[in-house]
Amino acid sequence: MQATSKGKMENISQEPKPQDQQNQPSTKIEIEAENLNFFYSQKQALYSINLKVPEKSITAFIGPSGCGKSTFLRTINRMNDIIPGTRVEGKVLLNNQNIYAPTVDVVDLRRRVGMVFQKSTPFPKSIFDNVAYGIKINKLSSSRAQLQQMVEQALEQAALWSEVKDRLNDSALALSGGQQQRLCIARTLAVMPEVILMDEPCSALDPIATEKIEELIVELREKYTVIIVTHNMQQASRVSDYTAFFLLGELIEFDETEKIFTYPKEKKTEDYITGRFG
Amino acid sequence: MEKKPLADTVVTDFSSILPPRKKSWLMSPSADSAFRYLTAGLAVFLLALVTALVVSMVYNSQLSLSRFGLSFVFSTTWDPVKEIFGALPFVYGTLVSSLIALIFAIPISLGVAIFLTEQCPYKLRPIVLTLVELLAAIPSVAYGLWGIFVLVPFMRNYINPFLEGTLGFLPLFKGPSYGIGLLTSGIILAVMIVPIITAIAVNSLTAVVPTQREAALALGATRWEAMQVVLLNARSGIIGGVILGLGRALGETMAVTMVIGNRPEIAVSLLAPAYTMASVIANEFTEATYDLYLHALIEIAILLFVITFIVQAMAQLLIRQISKGKTSYAKAN
Repeated sequence: MQATSKGKMENISQEPKPQDQQNQPSTKIEIEAENLNFFYSQKQALYSINLKVPEKSITAFIGPSGCGKSTFLRTINRMNDIIPGTRVEGKVLLNNQNIYAPTVDVVDLRRRVGMVFQKSTPFPKSIFDNVAYGIKINKLSSSRAQLQQMVEQALEQAALWSEVKDRLNDSALALSGGQQQRLCIARTLAVMPEVILMDEPCSALDPIATEKIEELIVELREKYTVIIVTHNMQQASRVSDYTAFFLLGELIEFDETEKIFTYPKEKKTEDYITGRFG
Repeated sequence: MEKKPLADTVVTDFSSILPPRKKSWLMSPSADSAFRYLTAGLAVFLLALVTALVVSMVYNSQLSLSRFGLSFVFSTTWDPVKEIFGALPFVYGTLVSSLIALIFAIPISLGVAIFLTEQCPYKLRPIVLTLVELLAAIPSVAYGLWGIFVLVPFMRNYINPFLEGTLGFLPLFKGPSYGIGLLTSGIILAVMIVPIITAIAVNSLTAVVPTQREAALALGATRWEAMQVVLLNARSGIIGGVILGLGRALGETMAVTMVIGNRPEIAVSLLAPAYTMASVIANEFTEATYDLYLHALIEIAILLFVITFIVQAMAQLLIRQISKGKTSYAKAN
């Protein structure tokens, strides 16, 4: 099941792409939203979003609470599907394949598009089993030794290995808040995703833990496409290559982070980042 | 006319506009301490009540306690005519019928709870939940009556012959069967404790933070795999529900008395009649014509009390063992 759907996606991504590269010439577009509308029952939460996120980059979504940035983030791995009464119009393309097409295997999609939540979400299992969980359910390892190696690698990548290597069998719930969040990142990395979505990953952490996560996010850019929702403007300017500003369900402006924070084109963006509202 | 400065119009002393507040006794410090003594007194009263209960039970069973000693618990003979009393058949009947009840009730309750929290259409959910809770409100004598007139004939005519026919080679399902017996009482008990376990399991499942499910789904879990993560989170609550159900099953008297057959014997077959501790007390206290008989019945009551207490204590330990580390989770968040 998994192998076939993956093969299909690779075929599609090799098809010639339409030459429409206004934002970023010479970089491959990983995620693209086309006229995306989103509804919670009757209430519309997103209004015709058009956005292209290049691969192996960090994109920050900023905007006041309730502007739709988290909703949009959750359309990229179809996490909104589990909320009853929600509806999507338009397309979200991942490597040029519409993830809302009826043939898409949602379970496989979510493995390819990992997600880290605002509050850390360790399972009530040991540290090892938390990281091994995704590997096991996706049957990514063929032996116990390989599983152990993959867990170690994921923890290394998440800069947590040295802190937990002597207590892998302890409950993950005994870790500190920052460690728990890095464990969740390790767990996400362990299933080898292409995209990592982060929904305010540092908002519940102290500055030191936040710094560690931010360093980690910057390192992740080498291998993954990262999208991070944040309320922290400094964080957006520190870590991201691109910034998207949302307001009342609309994408107001999307550009390189430097441009957004120095010469925003839109008055609303300027008002927001200078703290005039929000 | 000169305007008054604004500051003067600001009212700081409300006594001029509000009616003078009565100094009631309830606001005095002595009322405070009186309230404290009142609540402390009520708490002490409750403790004293339990102590008095235990003391009077022990006092009123001393004839039996001194005559049979520990052998009361292990003897299988219950013969009021010869004045020999042993409680083992009742202990056995109580434990086994409750165990049967759990075996049937746990999967059913969990299934219903998972259906209600996962699959059930949003509008149907409160209706089904109300129905489940309604089951818990039915008096046990009504269950017993239903047991006698519906369940017992059904067991006698269909289930028990089927069990004898297919599994009859096992001593556990050997005939003859009368419809009444351990299995039937276990089923009645299961019906009675399903609502309790279901209601608590639903509460525990809905109390699991939704991000646990989402985190599992985000790792590529199927709906069923994500459900397992949710169950893992809710397990201590679910076990608590099972223990409450077990507590009710152990102490249930009326419905069981009506369908278990009331024969103080330990039979291996689940189809054979048996007796429980609660049933023998309810059935025979009016017939206890001499003191030793009455004292033996009261000793059974003590035994039931002790067994229930042990089961509850073990359950508490189990839950504490399982939820280890949860406290640190709460702290970190």
